[in-house]
Amino acid sequence: MALIRVNPTRMELANLKKKLRTSQKGHKLLKDKRDDLMKKFLSLVRENQELRKTVEEKIMGVYEGFVIAGAVMSPAALDEALMMPKQRVELEVGSENLMSVIVPVFSFETSGGEGDNYSYGFVSTSGELDSSVAALADVLPYMLKLAQMEKSAQLLAEEIEKTRRTVNALEYVRIPNLQETIRYIRMKLEENDRGNTTRLMKVKDMIVQQGIEEQKARDEMAG
Amino acid sequence: MRSKIAVVGEKASVMGFRAVGFEVIEAEESAEISATVERLVREEYGVVFLTEQALSKVPGLLDKYKDTRIPAIIPIPGRDGTLGIGMQNLHKSVERAVGADILNH
Repeated sequence: MALIRVNPTRMELANLKKKLRTSQKGHKLLKDKRDDLMKKFLSLVRENQELRKTVEEKIMGVYEGFVIAGAVMSPAALDEALMMPKQRVELEVGSENLMSVIVPVFSFETSGGEGDNYSYGFVSTSGELDSSVAALADVLPYMLKLAQMEKSAQLLAEEIEKTRRTVNALEYVRIPNLQETIRYIRMKLEENDRGNTTRLMKVKDMIVQQGIEEQKARDEMAG
Repeated sequence: MRSKIAVVGEKASVMGFRAVGFEVIEAEESAEISATVERLVREEYGVVFLTEQALSKVPGLLDKYKDTRIPAIIPIPGRDGTLGIGMQNLHKSVERAVGADILNH
């Protein structure tokens, strides 16, 4: 593990210890967040899978209806019948906070289609067209639900990935580095301490020696 | 926020959606499709349904907008049936989150 380049001082040691505490706390919190996000994500995605299957089937059913309608009517008449829709769909995009991930919430309003939503007269069109349009109107809410779910799943997946990266970086890089550096500084400080003690002992010895020699000299003068 | 819904794809598939009030844009060529989607993103459409047949012509289109809140670009099957792109996409996001595809096929 790489040491963090710092001066081995007490001040640095205190700072690093504080950083280590923060990192460990953050690591725990993010881990919890990741686990919870994952739980939400998995249930969402399972539901999403089911819904997608349903919607795909329903849409295929609608297409079949249109194919039959297209076979009964001339393409020009079909075009014409669908050209001017009576109904309009208005989408309202809200947002929801799902574990700090902002996901969109789609709700929709249809307007204009009073009574029925057939944009054509019944003379030149076939009954198959009517039922396909009605079936499509049925699928509409499912499609929007699907859109909302898929988008949420994608956004959640992104957040999980980001959180997982941070958790790993903290767990395998940041925290070990900090721990190692703290140990290094501790050892360095102890070593300095020991060096200091020996130096003091040495100096004391020298002073004592000097005192003895001075005493000797004085004794000789007197003697 | 008010927004709009668009359906993009080849004419035969998307034509019908006009009847229920979606905005329908017919696009067949890959350049046309990506230009259309770009325009829809700029105009802040909320949901863009794209047929898988159209989507298969512009690889990478889904990934480009998957991290933005809107639009939600949602693959739907085209008239010729589903190509499985929508499901694949779902599996991809699971792989991204979990690290392995754990959905049952």
